[in-house]
Amino acid sequence: MLNTSEILSTISMIKEQKLDIRTITMGISLLECAGEGAAEKIYDLVTRRAERLVAVGEEIEREFGIPIVNKRISVTPVSLILGEREDPVAVALALDRAAGTTGVNFIGGYSALVQKGATRNDLRLIRSIPEALSRTELVCASVNVASTRAGVNMDAVRLMGEIILETARLTAGRDGLGCAKLVAFANAVEDNPFMAGAFHGAGEGDTAVNVGVSGPGVVKRALEACRGEPFDVVAETIKKTAFRITRMGQLVALEASKRLGAPFGIVDLSLAPTPAVGDSVAHILEEMGLERCGQHGTTAALMMLNDAVKKGGVMASSSVGGLSGAFIPLSEDIGMIDAARAGTLTLDKLEAMTSVCSVGLDMVAVPGDTPAATLAAILADEAAIGVVNQKTTAVRIIPVPGKGVGEWVEFGGLLGRAPIIPVHPESAEAFIARGGRIPAPINSLKN
Amino acid sequence: MKAIVTVLGTDKPGIIAEISGCLYRYNINILDITQTILSGYFTMVMMVDLSAMTCGFGEITGALDALGGKLGLEIRMQRSEIFDAMHRL
Repeated sequence: MLNTSEILSTISMIKEQKLDIRTITMGISLLECAGEGAAEKIYDLVTRRAERLVAVGEEIEREFGIPIVNKRISVTPVSLILGEREDPVAVALALDRAAGTTGVNFIGGYSALVQKGATRNDLRLIRSIPEALSRTELVCASVNVASTRAGVNMDAVRLMGEIILETARLTAGRDGLGCAKLVAFANAVEDNPFMAGAFHGAGEGDTAVNVGVSGPGVVKRALEACRGEPFDVVAETIKKTAFRITRMGQLVALEASKRLGAPFGIVDLSLAPTPAVGDSVAHILEEMGLERCGQHGTTAALMMLNDAVKKGGVMASSSVGGLSGAFIPLSEDIGMIDAARAGTLTLDKLEAMTSVCSVGLDMVAVPGDTPAATLAAILADEAAIGVVNQKTTAVRIIPVPGKGVGEWVEFGGLLGRAPIIPVHPESAEAFIARGGRIPAPINSLKN
Repeated sequence: MKAIVTVLGTDKPGIIAEISGCLYRYNINILDITQTILSGYFTMVMMVDLSAMTCGFGEITGALDALGGKLGLEIRMQRSEIFDAMHRL
């Protein structure tokens, strides 16, 4: 029999420490829709397969008493199934309609994988991203520009600098919101349930249920009980907490998979913050003894947090995948917002942090007059970190039209708000204009 | 199927009577009850069996919510697997 304190500790995690299932994401293969007339076929397939997704999410939420914040869909990268004469934007509109009909929060997979080279369809899709994101509400786009095995496709990096800027321009009326739904990756994973970068990889089955857990507040509360203790005690505490959180994720994933009649894919062991007080990754780092996130020591603290979350979570689930680690989306984390406003957390420090944690430069707002080449150079740096460290990195950056350093941008809801932070003013034009490919790195002689 | 009912709030006469009456209306059997006062708060945990329940999960949680509103208490019902997952190997 469970004892009262165990039961109450779970309730406190949910009620006060904001423990939740961040997302149930249903992956749907679109490969059977390939060719001309894909848009209508996609709408039919997605609405049929995900018909019960939102209802099932709500049932589980009610029965287990655990909030499930998002229900989402990820699909096969659209560039792979696009007909030669099909307008990619028509597919984006069909995906948006399908997301609306099924009631999900987002649909991801308006994507292309061009780490080594781009097909005509890849290029058509990438060039259509600004228009697609400006004409849809729920569609998320992603482009993989690099991998450890292929190196960095610098032609794609250059193009993405321009695409990010154009997406911001076309959604200028909403402070460049389109860029919050666009992510450029190195080493993108095929089973990521988190947006904006979720897509259903070509190596996946017809469907999959992937679940992303969260709970920065639970980790912070656990660390409050070991103030002043050495780091091995801190690491053990995080591991135990991550284990509990992930067990809950695994339970929900299996239940959702059973009710949806779709195979269980993975649990993504993530600490995903929200702008709410008590749900911040930065505050965990500060609980470890830092005065403010972004100061010296931040990278070490984040490395330990990220590693301990994985070690604790991996035994709690039969299949772990996705991005699995601590997220550091600036505008979505109250502690990071405060640290950026104070000037302690800079773009350069964020870049260093991305070398030891999940993903990369995320939800960072920069001046609207940042040149495309500078955005591309920021992406190239992130891709380099991912490629050489054999990890996923990404850039989701918003050059906010008409705004400059020190001004604020409000995206609302889970996307939060952020101060606009400076980029280096020196030109990257000649560097980015080269194009070509940075070769794949050597995997021995590690120093 | 088993569930855990937790009741948190200020103590007053009739809490157990009201809640057990509500559960009885839907043919929910109470397997175990523990009750304590934690930092001045009335805290009750019940394990219940839902296998002969005469309504859906949504209906009973709705009824408990309404009862909680009337009594000024927080009443939750959650399937017990979530607690087992988090606290038992």
